[in-house]
Amino acid sequence: MKTFETVIGLEVHLQLKTKTKIFCGCANTFGNEPNTQTCPVCLGLPGSLPVLNKMALYNTIKAAMALNCQVNPLIKFDRKNYYYPDLPKGYQISQNSLPIASDGHIFIGNQKNPNRIGIKRTHLEEDAGKLIHDPQTNCTLVDYNRTGTPLIEIVSDPGLHSPEEAHDYLTTLKLILQYLDISDCDMEKGSLRCDANVSLREKGQTPLGTKVEIKNLNSFKAVKSALEFEQERQQAMLESGERITQETRLWNDEKGITSSMRSKEEAHDYRYFPEPDLVPFVVEQTMIEEIRGSLPELPHQKLGRFRKDYALSDYDAQILIQDKSVANFFEECTKIYPHTKKICNWIIGPLLQELNTRKVEIKNLSLTPKNLTLLIASVEKGVISNLAAKDIFPAMIDTGQSADEIISKKGLAQISDESALIKIIDDVLKENPSVVEQIKQGKESAMGFLVGQSMKKSQGKANPKILGDIIKRRLANG
Amino acid sequence: MNFNELTAHEILDLLKSKKVTATEIYSSVSRAIEKRDPKIKGYVRTKTAFDESEYSGTTLQGIPISIKDNICIKDTPVTCSSHILEGFKPPYDATVIQRLRQAGASIIGQTNMDEFAFGSSTENSYYGPTKNPWDLSCVPGGSSGGSAAVVGGNEAIWSLGSDTGGSIRQPASFCGVVGMKPTYGLVSRFGLIAFASSLDQIGPITKDVRDNALLLSIIAGHDENDSTSANISIPDYTQAFTKDIEGLKIAVPKEYFIKGMEKDVESAIREARETLKKLGATFKEVSLPHTEYAVATYYIVATAEASSNLARFDGVEYGLRAFPEKSRRTPLIDMYEETRDKGFGNEAKRRMMLGTYSLSAGYYDAYYLRGQKVRTLIKNDFDKVFNEFDAVISPTAPTTAFKIGEKASDPLSMYLSDIYTISANLAGIPALSLPCGFSKNNLPVGLQIMSKPFNEEMIYRIAYRYEQSTDWHKRKVSL
Amino acid sequence: MLTNDQVRHIAHLSRINLTDEEVARLTKDLENILHYIAKLEKLDVTHVEPTSHVLPLRNVYREDIVKPSLSQSNVMKLAKTTHNGSFKVPQVIE
Repeated sequence: MKTFETVIGLEVHLQLKTKTKIFCGCANTFGNEPNTQTCPVCLGLPGSLPVLNKMALYNTIKAAMALNCQVNPLIKFDRKNYYYPDLPKGYQISQNSLPIASDGHIFIGNQKNPNRIGIKRTHLEEDAGKLIHDPQTNCTLVDYNRTGTPLIEIVSDPGLHSPEEAHDYLTTLKLILQYLDISDCDMEKGSLRCDANVSLREKGQTPLGTKVEIKNLNSFKAVKSALEFEQERQQAMLESGERITQETRLWNDEKGITSSMRSKEEAHDYRYFPEPDLVPFVVEQTMIEEIRGSLPELPHQKLGRFRKDYALSDYDAQILIQDKSVANFFEECTKIYPHTKKICNWIIGPLLQELNTRKVEIKNLSLTPKNLTLLIASVEKGVISNLAAKDIFPAMIDTGQSADEIISKKGLAQISDESALIKIIDDVLKENPSVVEQIKQGKESAMGFLVGQSMKKSQGKANPKILGDIIKRRLANG
Repeated sequence: MNFNELTAHEILDLLKSKKVTATEIYSSVSRAIEKRDPKIKGYVRTKTAFDESEYSGTTLQGIPISIKDNICIKDTPVTCSSHILEGFKPPYDATVIQRLRQAGASIIGQTNMDEFAFGSSTENSYYGPTKNPWDLSCVPGGSSGGSAAVVGGNEAIWSLGSDTGGSIRQPASFCGVVGMKPTYGLVSRFGLIAFASSLDQIGPITKDVRDNALLLSIIAGHDENDSTSANISIPDYTQAFTKDIEGLKIAVPKEYFIKGMEKDVESAIREARETLKKLGATFKEVSLPHTEYAVATYYIVATAEASSNLARFDGVEYGLRAFPEKSRRTPLIDMYEETRDKGFGNEAKRRMMLGTYSLSAGYYDAYYLRGQKVRTLIKNDFDKVFNEFDAVISPTAPTTAFKIGEKASDPLSMYLSDIYTISANLAGIPALSLPCGFSKNNLPVGLQIMSKPFNEEMIYRIAYRYEQSTDWHKRKVSL
Repeated sequence: MLTNDQVRHIAHLSRINLTDEEVARLTKDLENILHYIAKLEKLDVTHVEPTSHVLPLRNVYREDIVKPSLSQSNVMKLAKTTHNGSFKVPQVIE
């Protein structure tokens, strides 16, 4: 039986969050009433002409650099001609022969086994409008608010060899792009889109098999599932001697299958030619340097630095860098309080949990690094127990108040005052004579029970270590 | 006094000395339109209402201008003389219109053209042909036939046309008026409904050279809405009139004097050359060796761009929308195909198909790419000549105005009438046509003057001197 | 030699419906024109750069500053067939 190798290439489209559209000054925002963010240019009205948004160009070059691409010294735009109601001009201004950048790569996998995935090209183009099916009239409604949104297209080499790798590529790519802060990178909202190309070939063979394009992938999970399905489908066909048809298939998330597009899609003849309404762009060295200088620390760089500077484990560091703002928050905390591991644990644990439950971003939390570090310090000093700290943490986020403010309000100051503790402990000893007897007999483990009971009586306010000490003394004293 | 027969600069003098009011001017032109346009059919839309107070304090004080029907005027029907743009009213003004408004021009009407500027005779208009004011059985030329005819017929003061392969100059030549195609990028194309984006330019069509320079000064200049707009400062072109042409070196391309040129055209050009010699210019014969390839190059490059520019006319957002009686494919494709079949005329279909073909898979290299390369060769020919010479002259067209219907059944023969004008568009250089004589049949002959990019001053300098030592511009039609 | 089928294909690429008579006529017209255009093949263009832009302009762009858009009502005025602020077309079959 033959063994097959899967070959996958991914095409990612990223909507830039520039203030304006790519070729006109209409606001580039999301979710407004239809056709309220349009003008003659993005409507493609006769006589209108495009003028390139400098920021869109800059951001694309930035992305290209972050992906280790070669930025082309001369850039030009081309027309991609086809007919569709969401394309008002009957052509899309895109890039064909001289894109912004090419020949890049990113590393997926882990530091021990990095897997280099080539990036064929990165280019800039305009987005089309939105089509909505209207069931009442059985017509299609067209909203041009989205036409002209700047899109970066990133095309990988066909260098991914499993659905897992494809998923890994997407998460790694997304993280890099998020770090650049040029897009919301949100697949649900459509600011990040992905099409996949997959083919199979016999292991050991060089030529690629027949490629199938998969569309309608609305999440990274869908990408992985669709590729798994498609891999199986193609394998089954090839094993039974059938030939794969080169086609576009749509992923149906509900049914978990890909299916051939209903209308017989003829291969598009896009008739690319240089866009006469836009002049070429010479990428000067000063621009390259300016943009390179504006590149933020990238995920893999931050990972390395966190591991080194903060002595964090790979596991911990990986979690921290998944969100740049969280990583920044961590660093802010370390500037105030030196116990990086404790800060790390608090962030990876309770903080991320809160973000998850509340479904918010860290920038929207009323929690400051100062307040978190004070809380951690309070636990260290013994002012409150760890348990109590975890308890008041949500309240800190709710109110934006410091731990002290909440503690004094709730009266949670750990009862360290010995006399109060002695009273509690004496009561516990009196109530549990058999346990006291067990300890006197040498069963040290029963101490835990007494500490627990004392904690309960103190409503969690007592410092367990001090409790333990006092219990020992009281027992020793008889 | 028949104010409609005056030039804009003459009217400005009268307005300044308060010998006439703006309303009188406008009314005079309106009356001329009423009387003459039923014969000439140069206008597709006119405006009779005029309020003088709207223009007080402006440079032009309300002098009316006529605009080719492919230039967007806000909230006004603009159709490119095509059925497919029926009902279309742009929600914005073209930049040239904005500049005209700022200068105080009033728009008295929109002029007829070959549909989408595809043509050299204005016979390809959805509204029917325009007639040559000098001989109503003849074409006015095209595609700015309407703009040239109304000026030549004195039912306009001046007008704007557009030129992609000669569409200002050839009709100017046929109608005995002055037409200038500026350097590519001098005048903003924002709001000009595109034919071939890398060739189109808007330009003035006027009764004399002074008006032409005046109008160009108003509309020219950088526009941030047009990425192909040149970022240079615009001189006062009328300053060119102060300089004589003594010692200027003018080139005469030998390839432009072909067999098949009308005898009257040849002799008028020869005489014009003598006149210019007397004024002090020197002449030398040169070669523009790639001239014979210009028409072929143009018809690949221009139609390719046109096929793409016209893809937006699909019935979705504006204009005509049609459905076939019986469905052929899917409802959407039916709508596209029927709209474009019913909406476009034959010449438009021909050019779009040719353009699509030359861009299509397997043919791009052989046609479009090759065409763009030959374009480079043509441009280089001119660059070489302008290293040594101040200007190039030639006939504007090989013939005077031909009869309506004469070339309609032979597209190729129609294309070849652009042979002298096309190269200037391919090279992006400025070129002007002005009257230099009349044929035995009393049809005007045009002299073309070309120069290097952004050297409109040189052209105006030569044109003005020539014009002022002749009387051609003073002849009027009798209608 | 340009065939009728080729012409039909180009017509579909151009989204123009043609009658049989139109196809025949256009095939002839286009053939004549292409025959004339073939003269370009005589030229040696191996080392010639194509001219896409006749002006030596480069690097034209605008700043990322918002400008007012058209109002929805003005946009809707463009079309005859609209619905709740959107343009309406026959159902697009995927």
